[in-house]
Amino acid sequence: MNAFDYAAPQSVDEAISLLSAGNGNIGMLAGGTDLIAQLKEGRKIDLMIDLKQIPEATALSFDEDSGLSIGAATPCSKIYSYDVVQSRYPALVDCTSLIGSIQIQNRGTVGGNFCNASPAADTPPAVIVLGGTCRIAGPNGTREVAAEDFFTGPGQSVLQSGEFLVSIQVPTPAANSGAFFLRFIPRNEMDIAVANAAASVVLDSDKTTIQEARVAIGAVAPTPLLIADAGAALVGKAVDDEDAIEAACAASRAAARPISDMRGTIEQRIHLSGVLTRRAIQGAIQRAKES
Amino acid sequence: MPGKVHVTTTINGESVEFLCEPRQTILEVLRDQLDLTGTKEGCSNGNCGACSILVNGEVIDSCLMMGVEAEGQEITTIEGVASADGLHPLQQKFLEHAALQCGICTPGFIVAAKALLDQESDPSEERIRLYLAGNLCRCTGYDKIVRAVQDAASEMAE
Amino acid sequence: MATKTEDYLGITDYKVIGTRPIRHDGVDKVVGRAKYGADIDMAGMLHGAVVRSPHAHARIESIDTSKAEALAGVKAVITVEDLPLQEDKIEDLGEGAANLRHLRANVLADGKVLYHGHAVAAVAATDIHTAQEAVDLIDVEYEVLQPVLTVQEAMEEDAPLLLEDQTTQSLGEDTGQKSNVCTHFRHELGDVEKGFAEAELVIEREFDTATVHQGYIEPQNATALWAADDQITVWCSTQGAFTVREQTAQILDVPVSQVKVVPMEIGGGFGGKIRIYLEPLAAILSRQTGRPVKMVMSRTEVLQATGPTAGSYIKCKMGIDKAGKIIAAYAYMAYESGGFPGSWAAPGAMCIFAPYNIPNVLIDGYEVLVNKPQTMAYRAPGATNAAFASETIIDEICEQLDVDPLEFRLNNSAREGTRRADGPVYPRIGNEECVKTALSSEHYATQLSGKNRGRGIASGFWFNVGLKSSAAASVNSDGTVSLVEGSTDIGGTRTSIAMQLAEVLGIRAEDVKPQVADTDSIGDTDVTGGSRTTFATGWAAYQCALDIKEQLIKRAAKLWEISADDVVFDDGTFSSSDSSKTISFKDLAGMLDEIGGPVMGRATVNPSGVGGAFAVMIVDIEVDTETGKVEILRVSMIQDAGKAVYPSYVEGQMQGGVAQGIGWALNEEYAYNGDGLLANASLLDYRMPTCLDLPMIETHIVEVPNPGHPYGVRGVGEVPIVPPAAAVANAIYDAVGVRMTNLPMSPAEVLKALWAKNGGTGTA
Repeated sequence: MNAFDYAAPQSVDEAISLLSAGNGNIGMLAGGTDLIAQLKEGRKIDLMIDLKQIPEATALSFDEDSGLSIGAATPCSKIYSYDVVQSRYPALVDCTSLIGSIQIQNRGTVGGNFCNASPAADTPPAVIVLGGTCRIAGPNGTREVAAEDFFTGPGQSVLQSGEFLVSIQVPTPAANSGAFFLRFIPRNEMDIAVANAAASVVLDSDKTTIQEARVAIGAVAPTPLLIADAGAALVGKAVDDEDAIEAACAASRAAARPISDMRGTIEQRIHLSGVLTRRAIQGAIQRAKES
Repeated sequence: MPGKVHVTTTINGESVEFLCEPRQTILEVLRDQLDLTGTKEGCSNGNCGACSILVNGEVIDSCLMMGVEAEGQEITTIEGVASADGLHPLQQKFLEHAALQCGICTPGFIVAAKALLDQESDPSEERIRLYLAGNLCRCTGYDKIVRAVQDAASEMAE
Repeated sequence: MATKTEDYLGITDYKVIGTRPIRHDGVDKVVGRAKYGADIDMAGMLHGAVVRSPHAHARIESIDTSKAEALAGVKAVITVEDLPLQEDKIEDLGEGAANLRHLRANVLADGKVLYHGHAVAAVAATDIHTAQEAVDLIDVEYEVLQPVLTVQEAMEEDAPLLLEDQTTQSLGEDTGQKSNVCTHFRHELGDVEKGFAEAELVIEREFDTATVHQGYIEPQNATALWAADDQITVWCSTQGAFTVREQTAQILDVPVSQVKVVPMEIGGGFGGKIRIYLEPLAAILSRQTGRPVKMVMSRTEVLQATGPTAGSYIKCKMGIDKAGKIIAAYAYMAYESGGFPGSWAAPGAMCIFAPYNIPNVLIDGYEVLVNKPQTMAYRAPGATNAAFASETIIDEICEQLDVDPLEFRLNNSAREGTRRADGPVYPRIGNEECVKTALSSEHYATQLSGKNRGRGIASGFWFNVGLKSSAAASVNSDGTVSLVEGSTDIGGTRTSIAMQLAEVLGIRAEDVKPQVADTDSIGDTDVTGGSRTTFATGWAAYQCALDIKEQLIKRAAKLWEISADDVVFDDGTFSSSDSSKTISFKDLAGMLDEIGGPVMGRATVNPSGVGGAFAVMIVDIEVDTETGKVEILRVSMIQDAGKAVYPSYVEGQMQGGVAQGIGWALNEEYAYNGDGLLANASLLDYRMPTCLDLPMIETHIVEVPNPGHPYGVRGVGEVPIVPPAAAVANAIYDAVGVRMTNLPMSPAEVLKALWAKNGGTGTA
């Protein structure tokens, strides 16, 4: 590992000044589970900025009006242990509780998972279907970007030089709604997704018809994908409409444009996009019914 | 070259100060500077759990935490698991159940299992397997490890 | 069960053997005090790092070390020029062998790199980060060559040659033919053509298995100090301190007496920690700097550049007669040797049809160079690949004949007197007993139900080895015995060896204090490998105890002033025909100073009465037909241990072997890209089973005593990895009707097979 400086700013403003003073080779440290691994693999930085002293970056709070706020440096285990997340955002439990190991979950963060911008990241699909947004701080103040618009390519996001992700905001779930995330990995833990999928639905008051639906898939394109056609295929359909669900799956398969690598093949990933989309939709409907 | 950072932390109940370069992981500091070599390095990127330590009671991979991050934290390593009264029940049960062969993964497993049993007194087999999935063992096939943790949990519950 | 033989004592009332004491090194290992190789620290110690090839196959045009040498903190940089030249000379490693010229070129590339990660240069610096920075500053220019990645490609006539001077040794003769095929061998029994002509049913299949790694959790490491008096000390984690001494001395071109190897605790080996990699580098860096030098591999280096075991291509054919007997069997076995010669087809060929009595057999074996790291042993090396082929064909035969797979195995079982295709005639073996135990097991009797679930059976064999072992022991005045032995302890062998000494002397296992010694402190002892340690070093401990017993009988005679012929020793007590004269081992030990002084026993052995081990596995699985993922539901391993000296650790070996075998079956593989670069050199993507991937692993220890050991011990460490891949394949067939012929049977592969069977496109 090459030598670098370390700073632990106490505020967003202090972090922004450190960022603007740096020459660009800066590593933002939250849980370190991606950054430190990358440094060991040869990534070179001049400055490591540890976000964990910044209150906004470590806060985890919920408000009925504004929803859930997840500080970018909040570890996964804090998120899935939070009672509000357990009761209102089970899809966030799904994704945060299967990243890496318990050891990784005690360090790794949703913010880091976003900023690392791996196509196979496990938290973006769930945040996307829940309508989450990314709160980004920069020299010119704060801006919000929809989660599905945050990613621009493998390892690439909309973050500009001098900016950093402060928190992720997730709206309060509607009544009669449910969301679900799952992934496929060859082992039962400790793997990168071959493919993953999340779905959210809002049902009518008697819980028989889908009023709103969002589907997102990952690891099958350069970025996580919000599949608008999949959601559209479900809206207005009965919860047990197999044809509608199959149409959504077909939309996911059609949108997937994966690569073959040591983790999976193109054919396998396209196929899994459909399989996981169906399982995610069914899981989301089930949760909405139980809500 | 950037200077070294002065870090004050608590390790196994003792206040400890050390100087480290920002690029040194806490694993490197523990092993190479503080002589706490019971924490092992198996993969160096968070995939084997051999370097598991507790930070404020939560198990983490020490290969993926920088030394400078230890400032103000409470760290427990395998060397801090047994007490003057003797072995921790997990350590005793690992011995009784033959839950170690080569022993290189054992400190990590015991530290991780301690984190589990400190939080949950009666974990199911499934829960134990999930909790310990970040600790690789290549010798035992895990059977005796899981049984040792189950037995330790029962004994600690008594 | 078996009667006494020349070696087997026929004891039926063991006091220590068969019990479950706490292992002697246990406490140190659960509190973190045990010192493994990487735990070494010394005053003035430097840290080494290795420059490795970014190419799979290339000629080295130049190496410029000047920038690295100029970096502050860098103390030495070496290349192959710093290693003494070596002639062609075969060095026996105890498990495998190496040509010293190739060993040298593997330690540091000599003109050519032959695999991704091949060592090219090494540096020593004041700290590891500086050493790694120096590695990045070494400029190596390469002429990149076409890589050869499979045995099939490598065997083609116009394939690029890895070693320009390599010729094929065929049936013991040098053909003079330049080729990537290093060796072709053949075993023949009976008349295989005639056998197939008489067969009612013939099944022939082809199999491909991926390169896999042992996956020990502790990376290779070595620390060396080359002192001013030219005495060289090496601290390392190894399966065999003596083979490290021998190899290191040869590569450094110094007498063995100049090298002392101190074996540290070893964090797993499974066959992979026998060949040397870092030891001579650390030694030469130490000579150049006058300081101790420590080198520890990263996990990436371990996967890229140590010795994984061979991937293979196997064509296998078996013929069955009207009576349901296997009448003929043929195997073509081509195994990767990696970048240098020496592979595992030979042991694979010894195992492939070993559980069966087959009158007509032909086996052709080939060991083939490919641009991968030089392969190394991995737990019953070669046998898992072989059994995957033969045992899945057996399953297909059973299906076609509609016979129970265990009944078929019983009906065709090898037994005492059966000749194996490679020559040996079996002494008493326990294959039938294993099959019968499986047949009568609760697991087999329990019906498996549920959609896409299936049960698989497979057998396995490993021959085990004997080789050299030494032990020395001294009697302490408190009636305990300090035992010194040379077998590094990877999994409880200090105790299984000590128990065999304790049994003779009538003392508790806990009253023996075993320690593993360095190469200056005990006689030559071969590697902890080949499932030999409890068998052979245990035998040395047994002999050592007999030596002590004889001496103590004389001391008792001296004490009582009677003839030694009049002293008997039984159950820990010396007595004579005069019933007033009895004394316990402990009491006599306390009096030694008065009756002649200290007593030490010693023994060296090289036993030949090795007992082969058989195993049968039953596995229940479920396939997710939408994803191709296989879940292991239940697994039982039935294995003949001869005599389980230390049953907890026999079970542990069985469970560990099953777990590794299941990993090999389902997910483990070296994934190379088209350029021959290893794409998954991490424990994230080299997917070994986690504890969430396995159920409890049921064990049934069968004990058919080995007639060639005093206590009937057979090796137990290796055979449990042999059946799993085939058993899982057979279970997949039972579950979803697809025959898997490639390892690993990863979700993608199972899915592909399901699509092929069901005619789906995979995207419907």
